[in-house]
Amino acid sequence: MDFQVVVLAGGTSNKLVPLVSKDVPKSLLPVANRPVLAYVLDLLEQSNIKDLIVVVEGEDTDGLVENWISEAYVDRLHVQVASVGEEVGTAGALRAIAHHLTASDILVVSGDLVCDISPGAVAAAHRRHDAAVTALFCASPISGPPESGSSGGKDKTKKPVRHNIVGVDITQQFLLYIAAGMEVEKDIKVQKSILRAVGKMEIHADLMDAHLYAFKRSVLQQVLNQKQTFKSLKLDVLPYLVKSQLRSEILLNGAQAEENGNEKDSYNTDQVMLSQLLANASTPSFHEVYASGPNGFSPAERKTHKCCIYIANKTKYCARLNSVQAYSDINRDVIGDASHLSGYSFSAHNNVIHPSAVLGSKTTVGPQCMLGEGSQMGDKCSVKRSVIGRHCRIGSNVKVVNSVIMNHVTIGDGCSIQGSIISSNVQLQERAVLRDCQVGAGFVVPASSEYKGESLARK
Amino acid sequence: MGAKKGGKLDDGVDDMPHVPLKAILLADSFTTKFRPITLECPKVLLPIVNTPMIDYTLAWLESADVEEVFVFCSSHSKQIIDYLKSKWVSKSTFSVTPIESLNCISAGDALRFVYEKTVINGGDFVLISGDTVSNMVLTEALQEHKERRQKDKNAVMTMVIKQSKPSQITGQTRLGTDELFMAINPATKQLLYYDENSDNLKRNLTLDKTFLAESPSISLHNDKQDCYIDICSFEVLSLFTDNFDYQHLRRHFVKGLLVDDIMGYKIFTHEIHSDYAARIDNFRSYDSISKDIIQRWTYPFVPDVQFSMNNPTNLGRRGIYQASDISLSRSAEIGPFTYIGKGSSIGGNTVISNSVIGDGCKIGGNCFIDGCYIWNNVTIEDGCNLKQAILCDGAVMRSRSVLEPGVVLSFNVVVGQEFVVPAYSKVSLLPQPVEEDSDEELEYADNNNSGIIHAIENGNSSSEWESSEIGVGGRGFIWSISEVDQEEEWRHSVAPIPESKLIELAQMALENLEIGTEDNNVFATMDEQESGNESDDETRDEAQIFEKEIEATFLRGVHENVKEDHIILEVNSLRLSYNVALETCASALFYSMMKLALDTPHNSAAVLVKNVKDVVSRWGKLLKPYVQGVDDEIEVIMKFEEICVEDGKEFAPLFVQILHLLYDIDIIQEEAILNWANEKEGADEADKVFVKQAEKFIQWLNEASEEED
Repeated sequence: MDFQVVVLAGGTSNKLVPLVSKDVPKSLLPVANRPVLAYVLDLLEQSNIKDLIVVVEGEDTDGLVENWISEAYVDRLHVQVASVGEEVGTAGALRAIAHHLTASDILVVSGDLVCDISPGAVAAAHRRHDAAVTALFCASPISGPPESGSSGGKDKTKKPVRHNIVGVDITQQFLLYIAAGMEVEKDIKVQKSILRAVGKMEIHADLMDAHLYAFKRSVLQQVLNQKQTFKSLKLDVLPYLVKSQLRSEILLNGAQAEENGNEKDSYNTDQVMLSQLLANASTPSFHEVYASGPNGFSPAERKTHKCCIYIANKTKYCARLNSVQAYSDINRDVIGDASHLSGYSFSAHNNVIHPSAVLGSKTTVGPQCMLGEGSQMGDKCSVKRSVIGRHCRIGSNVKVVNSVIMNHVTIGDGCSIQGSIISSNVQLQERAVLRDCQVGAGFVVPASSEYKGESLARK
Repeated sequence: MGAKKGGKLDDGVDDMPHVPLKAILLADSFTTKFRPITLECPKVLLPIVNTPMIDYTLAWLESADVEEVFVFCSSHSKQIIDYLKSKWVSKSTFSVTPIESLNCISAGDALRFVYEKTVINGGDFVLISGDTVSNMVLTEALQEHKERRQKDKNAVMTMVIKQSKPSQITGQTRLGTDELFMAINPATKQLLYYDENSDNLKRNLTLDKTFLAESPSISLHNDKQDCYIDICSFEVLSLFTDNFDYQHLRRHFVKGLLVDDIMGYKIFTHEIHSDYAARIDNFRSYDSISKDIIQRWTYPFVPDVQFSMNNPTNLGRRGIYQASDISLSRSAEIGPFTYIGKGSSIGGNTVISNSVIGDGCKIGGNCFIDGCYIWNNVTIEDGCNLKQAILCDGAVMRSRSVLEPGVVLSFNVVVGQEFVVPAYSKVSLLPQPVEEDSDEELEYADNNNSGIIHAIENGNSSSEWESSEIGVGGRGFIWSISEVDQEEEWRHSVAPIPESKLIELAQMALENLEIGTEDNNVFATMDEQESGNESDDETRDEAQIFEKEIEATFLRGVHENVKEDHIILEVNSLRLSYNVALETCASALFYSMMKLALDTPHNSAAVLVKNVKDVVSRWGKLLKPYVQGVDDEIEVIMKFEEICVEDGKEFAPLFVQILHLLYDIDIIQEEAILNWANEKEGADEADKVFVKQAEKFIQWLNEASEEED
């Protein structure tokens, strides 16, 4: 496959404080006891993509990620880890590693994507239309616990989070309009010229940009060079390409010819032939009709490029780990509804308990739970819909519901944890009660304390 | 009669076993697009493929199980009523009742009139104009409408739409109507947005974000055509009555319902796919629809089926329709898709193609006729050359005369020998009426012109046409077309758009795009804040235009001494079209008043104050409908501040005096002034200049109110 894959693993996201830290970058946050980056890498591996570049933000995290990958994926993947400065944004990251990019098409994947949609399908759609960019969209996740009787109330009145507003043609193949970021909350402004060209546009507010893009390399690099102010792929590059698709400023052919590596030459021509064949086989898209002008006569050749969209089937799972809420949602889903993603085999009780874990008497671990390697639990504990990491020490009479507990956590007797996220090396002293809290790494929760809806971190 | 069958008023509509389906047919389009022909004959009686338009509409209504039709006639109503009496009124299962009103100038007026007549009392009705050609099956749309109504009382109207993609270059459909942008909820088919003659300078279409709040997706259409067939509930009529400023069905009524969200009323759409429905709106649609009829898209409403009292016609090969008693020279060549009416004769070596020739026409030899619509009893002498023209009844073309594409010859016009009528000319025996107020959106139908017509008809038989502008022995005036219209004339003509024009337009579109690219680049690189500013600018521009309009309206009112009510009416309609809030109206009106006072000559501050006093006491009432609460009053005060700072610096020292004046004549209440002062408390020093000025006054007000307590 003549695709080069770039995984943007990011650094420490502000939105995930206090879960992330210098020691635990976002890409290594455990989801069902595996770093979130593993989900993307597995997905790519399944699509038979073995060569990839992982871009990490910040110098410190660079080593951590590299170590983990080389350990976990030794002999399986050929990964090059590159680090870029902080705060450069996704577009800046690609700009920084531009010299590594050589293939004709680039697949850019966000490192926090947890999904089971084959990137190959996106790549195929991209190739089929000879598109400048193809973006993967999936149904917006319904955030918040689905059957939450306890934390309901105010959440129910809240509308589903709107991520994007996109306009697509009737065949749902082309991306005609996109509003991202702040624009989502504003009135929708659609270019008439595009609407005239397609006739009918469907506008969806229920789709989410999954941060998986296929770019034509020449286009991507040209845009990045010309528009030095662009910082984000999602907020700048993609909307720009979508807006300018009927009057493209990108020299599609010129740039393509220049840099074909010698050994790839014959392969490339084959590819081009193939894509041409495919393109010709289908009826011309509105871009081609528009470019040729009405009735076939056109005063000047119009330049167009295609922006495609791949809308994932609703049955597919797709989520991005970009907020604390998303973190607990994804953990819940991976051991629950989307358990095929976890890579574990579930027991008859629909849970995963590592053989080395020790359970005290009368301790129950309910379905959709996970208990990591070497963890110990005291007597009369109850665990429901929660993930407990490795080597945790949990006392007696502890209740864990709807929560994520990372590694090496010590929990004293009589604690109650609900809807919370406990980072590694946290200590909960006796009878601490946490509800809807996030606890940062190494924090000590004093005995008999009660917290509700708070974010606790070491100062 | 039929009108009374609807039942007594207190009948529950739902439990009536059979509610006869009614229709309101507007036999007047309230436009002047078919002038000069419509000066002499009502539009609905103009023949299309040798049958009056209204016959198509009525025949379709009859076939669609409509039982009672109320035909509203305004201009040339007598002709229409006579025609209906002769052909349609005598049917037993299909009652046609004319309703006549001579002083209606718009569809809105017409519907208000119909409402007053109370012929429709409860139940649904079909609203259609008398120039519609359709063969659609109504049952499905009616059923949908009824079901929706049962669920939601606010679903008052179902609009019929049809696929039709406008040309990208000219931005008009094949029917010659402007491109239409619609937003529809794909699940419920509710119409959310309707924009038919949008400003081409605006490159973007702005949809309200609230559309997406109700449904996760909406579909945006540029590829649909409005068929102007509406299934309405009874409320529609009362809505027109309630909103007496609604004139145009689409521009005011539909927009008003969508934008103003009156009482939550909703409009839905029904798309037809294989059926035909189109409205003859202009000469281009006349041409397109004629061709559709000849090519049988409108079956069963085609010439060889007798759906009205039309003449029996035989359909030959290649789409040639021939009525009886035709005398055709052997050497005449009749091309495809041509209709030849009863009793017409065609001379030798004449070539006719894609044309309609009515009854009793005499066409000489060696003529060339292509794409023409020749009505009844037209005489064309030898050697004429006609392309894409319309010739009304009794027109005469002397030998070897030529009609260039797009010509319209009205009734009884005579084109002189060897005269060449230039392209897009409109020729009539009647002189062109004096230019009416061209800024008037509604082009009023011509009731008052009938007098002139008779005068001329009587007069011209004797008068000489020697100095005719239409050749030797010709009769008729070539209507002059104003500069602006000439540019647009090709858009609505019977002749196809010339290729050179298309190339020119395409070129223009490309240039526009290129300019657009630059703008958009700026836009794309701009960050959030700046782009916010840009949209602000846009709205500010609109606000300025609005202010200007209000000022002009007000000044006109002052100079012509118009009644307050009328000014308020006009301001209301401006408010609707610009979609602004009440307080904006108030401040704009206030601004106009101050401007007037300032512009009235004055030599000292005292005189200026007196001016203000005069103006405000004379016209202050205008503000009443727009100043309804303390907030609106504060808005007025702020506007006044703005005036003092910007345009009317002369007012600045008089701020308090005038404020006091406004207080005295009850335009502004003390509560508003006090609130305004409070609001300004936290503002910048620069902002507080006027509050400081008014300090004493405010203090006095405070004390006064305390005393009252």
